[in-house]
Amino acid sequence: MSGFSDNIMRLSGRMLSQYPAQRDWDGKLTMAPHPGIIPTFSIVTLSDNVPEQEIMKWNGWGYSDSKFLYNKKGQAEFTGKRYRLSGMIIPGLREWMESTFSANLQHKTPAAPILNSSAVQPPTLNEAFLKELKSTGIPFSHDAEDRVFRSHGHCLHEIFALREGKIGRVPDLVVWPNCHNDVVKIVELACKHNVCLIPYGGGTSVSSALECPPEETRSIVSLDTSQMNRILWIDEKNLTAHVEAGIVGQDLERLLNESGYCTGHEPDSMEFSSLGGWVATRASGMKKNIYGNIEDLVVHIKMVTPRGVIEKSCQGPRMSTGPDVHHFIMGSEGTLGVVTEVTMKIRPMPEYQKYGSVVFPNFEMGVACLREVARQRCAPASIRLMDNEQFKFGHALKPQVSSIFTSFLDGLKKFYITKFKGFDPNRLCVATLLFEGDREKVLQHEKQVYDIAAKFGGLAAGEDNGQRGYMLTFVIAYLRDLGMDYYVIGESFETSMPWDRVLDICRNVKARIVRECKDKGVQFPPLSTCRVTQTYDAGACVYFYFAFNYRGLSDPVHVYEQVEHAAREEILANGGSLSHHHGVGKLRKEWMRESISSVGMGMLKSVKDYVDPNNIFGNRNLL
Amino acid sequence: MTSTYKDSGTASLNDDEEFTDILEERRRNTDLGYALRTFNPQPYKGAPSCSTSDLNKAVLESQYLRYIAKEIALETGSSVEKVRQEARGILEEMSHNLQLGFIRLMAYTFNKVFKRLFRSIYVNMEGLNMLQQAIQESPVILMPNHRSYVDFLIVSFVLFTYDIPIPVIAAGIPLASMKVVGEILRRSGAFFIRRAIGSDKLYWAVLSEYVRTIVRTGCAPLEFYVEGFRSRTLKSVVPKLGMMDMVLEPYFKGEVFDITLVPISISYDRVVEESLLALELLGVPKPKESTTGLFKASRVLQEDYGCMHVNFGRPLSVRQLCEGKINRSEYNLIPRDLPQRPSTEIQDCVNWLAHLIVRTQEEGALISPWSLMACLLLQAPITTLTEEGLQWHGLTEKTLWLRKLVLDFRGRLNWPAHTPDSDVMSSTVALHHSIVHHKAGRVYLVQDGNPASQDPLSPEEKVMRTAAAVLMLVSYRNQALHVFVRPGILATAIHITKSTQKDELFSFFCFLRDVFSSEFIFIPGRASQDFDEACSLLQKCGAVYISQQEVTVLETGLEVLSFLQKLLQPFLESYQLIFRYLCENGAHVFTEKQFLPAVRNLATKLILSGDLHTFEVLSSDTQKNVLSALRRLEAVTKLRASQQNEYKVNKAAVRRTGDILSGKFPPESLHAIPDARL
Repeated sequence: MSGFSDNIMRLSGRMLSQYPAQRDWDGKLTMAPHPGIIPTFSIVTLSDNVPEQEIMKWNGWGYSDSKFLYNKKGQAEFTGKRYRLSGMIIPGLREWMESTFSANLQHKTPAAPILNSSAVQPPTLNEAFLKELKSTGIPFSHDAEDRVFRSHGHCLHEIFALREGKIGRVPDLVVWPNCHNDVVKIVELACKHNVCLIPYGGGTSVSSALECPPEETRSIVSLDTSQMNRILWIDEKNLTAHVEAGIVGQDLERLLNESGYCTGHEPDSMEFSSLGGWVATRASGMKKNIYGNIEDLVVHIKMVTPRGVIEKSCQGPRMSTGPDVHHFIMGSEGTLGVVTEVTMKIRPMPEYQKYGSVVFPNFEMGVACLREVARQRCAPASIRLMDNEQFKFGHALKPQVSSIFTSFLDGLKKFYITKFKGFDPNRLCVATLLFEGDREKVLQHEKQVYDIAAKFGGLAAGEDNGQRGYMLTFVIAYLRDLGMDYYVIGESFETSMPWDRVLDICRNVKARIVRECKDKGVQFPPLSTCRVTQTYDAGACVYFYFAFNYRGLSDPVHVYEQVEHAAREEILANGGSLSHHHGVGKLRKEWMRESISSVGMGMLKSVKDYVDPNNIFGNRNLL
Repeated sequence: MTSTYKDSGTASLNDDEEFTDILEERRRNTDLGYALRTFNPQPYKGAPSCSTSDLNKAVLESQYLRYIAKEIALETGSSVEKVRQEARGILEEMSHNLQLGFIRLMAYTFNKVFKRLFRSIYVNMEGLNMLQQAIQESPVILMPNHRSYVDFLIVSFVLFTYDIPIPVIAAGIPLASMKVVGEILRRSGAFFIRRAIGSDKLYWAVLSEYVRTIVRTGCAPLEFYVEGFRSRTLKSVVPKLGMMDMVLEPYFKGEVFDITLVPISISYDRVVEESLLALELLGVPKPKESTTGLFKASRVLQEDYGCMHVNFGRPLSVRQLCEGKINRSEYNLIPRDLPQRPSTEIQDCVNWLAHLIVRTQEEGALISPWSLMACLLLQAPITTLTEEGLQWHGLTEKTLWLRKLVLDFRGRLNWPAHTPDSDVMSSTVALHHSIVHHKAGRVYLVQDGNPASQDPLSPEEKVMRTAAAVLMLVSYRNQALHVFVRPGILATAIHITKSTQKDELFSFFCFLRDVFSSEFIFIPGRASQDFDEACSLLQKCGAVYISQQEVTVLETGLEVLSFLQKLLQPFLESYQLIFRYLCENGAHVFTEKQFLPAVRNLATKLILSGDLHTFEVLSSDTQKNVLSALRRLEAVTKLRASQQNEYKVNKAAVRRTGDILSGKFPPESLHAIPDARL
């Protein structure tokens, strides 16, 4: 049960219609540079398995074939074949949507079905740049669809505008470099001809990072890294892999799995987001408790900047060589250059995985339990705590029948009768757990965590419940599109805070959202819910989900943005951070100075001024 | 509950506000049945039910108290355990022990007592409904004014009657030491605070954690007097900020989403302690709170005290009020369990809020016909009142004139509807037979004679006797003052400066506002709004004409202007006299103990010689207010090192202030321009 768009960047690499015709589709064998390193096939071979029609939505989340809809009987259904929920009826969803949002099947707000190319402004091309680019042989396109596709991320206002067929400033040109050297050439040309470059990875940004600055007068070139998607080598002695930065999460994991390894980095957007995007935004993965966040996983980074290429001279695991230059790159959000290659830690695939779940009588007890788990430093690979509203939401997403769900449903009934006794269904909340490692240790670990949970009134609520929670992570983002078909808009946002403020921030931000909606004239009570998604020694990461029925509002997106703005103010006033992993982009820029102080801003600015004095990487994120 | 009437002086806030007499039904039903009624209030939704022992435990085990205990142990060299033991003792002395059984007992007793004392107790139902709503949404702070001991549990009584959660109430420690009664109060929800806490760090820590915990958990509404104590003058008192700080901190630190403040205005036709208050102001010590004293006071039960009004104000959201005024992120970098001195921004905001509450209490108070008469009686020469008597006819006419002015000034008037004006007047005088009597078309001031005494009174004693009666009158006048203060100050500025220039009048207005800000409630930072309000009210009643630059006095307005100017005259005279005393007679360094009787002696002499026309300077309240005004103007400084409240006076500065006040110099020449810092 994850966010509506929880995510960083998204894949377009397999969107065949988006590829320039002259591409070379052959897979290429990359030779192992050193003994002991396994040569791997480039991921491009994958494209052979991907049929033509399998493309991405141009104005919504994910694959075109996968979406929620109401069938003829008025029941909610999830289409396609990709996910475990695919092809299933979800009987409770309609009632949940109707009761939560007062949404109604009669009140539809369908999206514009196809992109109207005439609504797209003709490209502003820099002829001299174009001429030299042609001579390099690097593929490019100024087709309207290609440009629109790379003009946005997945913020509500971006998708809402697309659904209405409204197109703002879009890139004038898209280029597809195939390797590090291609990027070097493109950046050199851009500097020479004063062209603005905006790196594009998976397109899953939720910080307005991909929006073209409307004030930009130069030609804007979107640098799509999707073709740089090879694992260049795997080093089994040091357990690292050297990977091109355009690879998307699920391909990286699958390819490594074939060799018996994994990175363990699993942001909710991993189906579509790219390695370069993770680095550029300081991404965080669900299983960071075992594998770490991106900053813990990265050993070496290569980035092309207007000043040249930046990289370290060795792959030492830790260095004391002044401030770590990697930290200028991580979180730079495409303002300094393009990350082209990354050496990452890898781990042998875990022997055993086990899901779990715990029900707590209330959210306060749940948070206290997570805090204790963090204190004892025994957090499983993942531990997430959802509040009561999300618990109910999870219930609404139960599919009708399926092997994995039947047992759970049966179990749940008993569960209600026996163990829920004494639990107020309007207060209880659920934690989902994922354990990983060798079998014996997992079982031991599991016992330790359940024992702690018991001290906080927590009752084990079964494996299926937990597994379902994680599985829904990937389909949940599709749900926003369904909502938008019926006057419901919403989004998620995240923050991090010290332990002692978790409850206060959760309570205050949720209450603020409700109050702001009321003040802004929203006619129906909003959905305002949260969950704790990560634990740290000194604090936690919390996600908020916020959606409302906008019937009766003349400018719903503006209202949405005002409420989200107020919610962020509330977070900051209560001691939460500006972002835990989504990044700043342009959406949260206004709070940067108060977040990192004027001196801090000056430090970042001076780096930008040195690295990119002519603002070639002109997406204007962050600063 | 059928008896309702409309507040005839509908103020700007709620038109057509209905008041209901809650005693009426009580009179029809048994007291016991009422006391034993089912009580099932809807509490604050976020609050887990929390017993008094849970509350005390939470306080004692709080991280904050642990931290302070450690700090104190380190400073004093005693053991942490010992300090914590001490904290436990403080908490024991302090904590409430609210029990429904005692609320019932209290309700039963109050029923008996109130039915004897008062003809009616009027409550605005709309305010109660809003309160009921508010209590479910966030922690609620009930903030009544405090004019009489009678109102100590009145709010609890009303809330019990209407099935709303009973508050815990901050009370002064002397109440706790009353035998039996102290315990009854404690079990009715009172918690007790020592009077002079001073720099007792542990006591502050226990108290503040106790208060914060109540607010944080929302386990019960919290009631406290933002004025700090019972007003002896029936005039609003400049708010105290200690409790206010503690109460608001959970919001500033984000521990609660919002806090709701409910100003409550309690007004009396006649105050039970009227004569005691006057004597106390004249330096006759107030009787110690004791149970026997309470029984002795039971003779007051024989008297008629008219009606009482409890006006529940509109609930105010702290969050909304503070929006844009403060930045709460200053609390982000220190663990919230640790003490942190709030920034001046936060302090100013707390001060502003406290003043706003008191102003709102004032606006919600009902003004009785008697208050209007008191205003007028005090403008008559004293010999007229004591000897010749004031013409009844003239007084009636003038009171009706004043009624119209109060309505013009948007005051809330409690003037009985459907009753001939003459009946209202005479019943009012009858109710206040302890102060005036009406004989043969004339009204006389009643002076508490002492016929048993053989010795004739000395002239000084006679002055004090008259003063006691006058100060009683003064206190009833004070109940109406808030309506007249702003236009009154403008009228005074016009009178003193003889200017018509708006900017000159404004700067004198600001000066007066600053000088008298211990005397009247002015919301900090709102000088120009106050000025605008004064201008518009005077224009509205036809007293002045206001143009872009000028304020022109109209012929038709002389009566209003002279009334207003005379209304504030006693304050000006009193302040001038004390300034004079400080410049001419006093030493450079003095204590409060020397100051009060010395001023009183000088004033008595001048009254006897006919050089002083006001008795108000004899009031210790006025004397203390002058001191704090001078301290604010930095003409008097309190000596830090001094044990017995010593003050040092800068005579030149005092003289200068006096000269400006009498119009010799324009106020710009004062060292600090009022409001410049706001």
